[in-house]
Amino acid sequence: MKSMSDLDMRVDLGGIRMKNPVTVASGTFGYGAEYAKLVDVTRLGAITVKGIRLQPWPGNPLPRHVEVPGGMVNAIGLQGPGVEGFVRDYMPFLRTTGVPVIVNIWGTSEEEYAEVARRLSEVEGVSGLELNISCPNVKEGGNAFGTDPRAVASLVAAVRRATRLPLMPKLAPNVPDIRLFVRAAQEAGADALALINTLPAMVIDIETRRPVLANKVGGLSGPAIHPVAVKLVWEAAQVARVPLLAMGGIVGPDEAIEFLIAGASAVAVGTANFIDPTTPLRVLEGIEAYLRRHGMNAVAALTGSLCMTNPATNVEP
Amino acid sequence: MMKDVTCRVIGQTPLTAGYWALDMEAPGLAEAARPGQFVHVRVPGLEPIALRRPFSIFGAEGTTLKLLYKTVGRGTSQMNRLAPGDPVQVIGPLGNGFPLEPRGEPLLVAGGYGVAPLAFLAGRLPTKGVVLIGGRSADDVLAVTAFERLGWTVRVATEDGSLGETGLVTVPLDRELARLHEAGATPELFSCGPDGLLRAVGERAIQAGCRGWLSLDKHMVCGVGACLACVQRLRREDGTEWIGRVCRDGPVFEAREIVW
Repeated sequence: MKSMSDLDMRVDLGGIRMKNPVTVASGTFGYGAEYAKLVDVTRLGAITVKGIRLQPWPGNPLPRHVEVPGGMVNAIGLQGPGVEGFVRDYMPFLRTTGVPVIVNIWGTSEEEYAEVARRLSEVEGVSGLELNISCPNVKEGGNAFGTDPRAVASLVAAVRRATRLPLMPKLAPNVPDIRLFVRAAQEAGADALALINTLPAMVIDIETRRPVLANKVGGLSGPAIHPVAVKLVWEAAQVARVPLLAMGGIVGPDEAIEFLIAGASAVAVGTANFIDPTTPLRVLEGIEAYLRRHGMNAVAALTGSLCMTNPATNVEP
Repeated sequence: MMKDVTCRVIGQTPLTAGYWALDMEAPGLAEAARPGQFVHVRVPGLEPIALRRPFSIFGAEGTTLKLLYKTVGRGTSQMNRLAPGDPVQVIGPLGNGFPLEPRGEPLLVAGGYGVAPLAFLAGRLPTKGVVLIGGRSADDVLAVTAFERLGWTVRVATEDGSLGETGLVTVPLDRELARLHEAGATPELFSCGPDGLLRAVGERAIQAGCRGWLSLDKHMVCGVGACLACVQRLRREDGTEWIGRVCRDGPVFEAREIVW
């Protein structure tokens, strides 16, 4: 058996240097500190924190979540402390982890996104920005930018001018052709792409005939969306010139490995953190075991290794 | 300090119709548990994905952790199938818990399975007092003998009159508050139950000028303060408001902190 050190698990996610390909999905891991007593967060490849905008934001009224078969629907509404509160209250702990910190940012205008990016550029310990252009749970911002390739291009370009930090737009899954968004974002200066965000969803209480969520609609996450995400990652990989961070329904190593094979360079564990906070580390160990089992010595070799030939004829269909 | 522990089921005891007590061997967790804290349970058999379920701690003795639950849905029905020896993944103890040094005569007010943390509290408070238990019917009135064994005086009210006096538990509560007032004593209220009850108890604590500790029952996702699903509007002493997390900043709040 090969020792751990024989495997090269490093990933360069558009300038975010990760020691391994496993991070957490924004909004499912707080600011890292919340889970630090339950899981060794220093073993993560990166910590992706909850979305923040310029000023503190209260989020949506309750109920903010509902369990459904195969996952959950949430409409938290991007509650957050604003840039200043985040830097003051959460960065000190995050710096102690020695792990790259990816900050998910949002706003209601290009100017706000750019200003958040500008301010975080000066903060020690911030390794990259995930641009939230696909949250289904806020009226302005979020998805309003993410479902029009021109809006994506314009927003990415605006933020690009404001920062030299690695920039990673998080794409919406509810678009007719993901490739248009991949091209738009990378041509506008994105260094990496994250996909997918939650799928817009709704649950109705049939007794009261009211929407269960106070926000009426929310975003579906969990194993139910995993095959959707795999397909979108695979499509995105066909036109992507930048590395992809894949997420959507990872509950163990298998789903993560699928994403890597489909073309992702790194993966993020989301909803599964709520059920088993050790999932990201189990995923990491599982990827390592898989690489050994298949005689591979670098995780990079797995990225985009999808075999498209017909096993009978060895010819591409 | 919270831990993610593999507990072993010791056994389940039926209480009244639909209510069960679940005992688990929870080394490292049970010893640290304080009344008012809760645990986040990963119910086996709901794989691959089902959110954890939060439960107030009903009791903790040595390494034994006791929970009380009502079979209401998918998760609790599945819990009911747990047999002795079964492993259960439990995160806890979580949350802040009740203060254990009351300034006044302790008065406990329970609604339905909200009795769980109060039964644990009754055994840990230095002084005994009165516990008021309310429910829709006799089946919703639990742990009466447990309180009595500990030396507490129990008063029961049910909405349908099937046990104790007929009506809401706030009726005997007002009587107890009047009695303590006449005796020149200051009460200290501890309550757990539905929001309507907590609000009523909180109003009375403020009116009586005494402290009222309310344990909120909110649906939770992560249980550790990360997801922001169980938030509550709160008020600081200086009057400014903030949004707290019931799982991390609570679940116990003083009556004056809560903005209903």
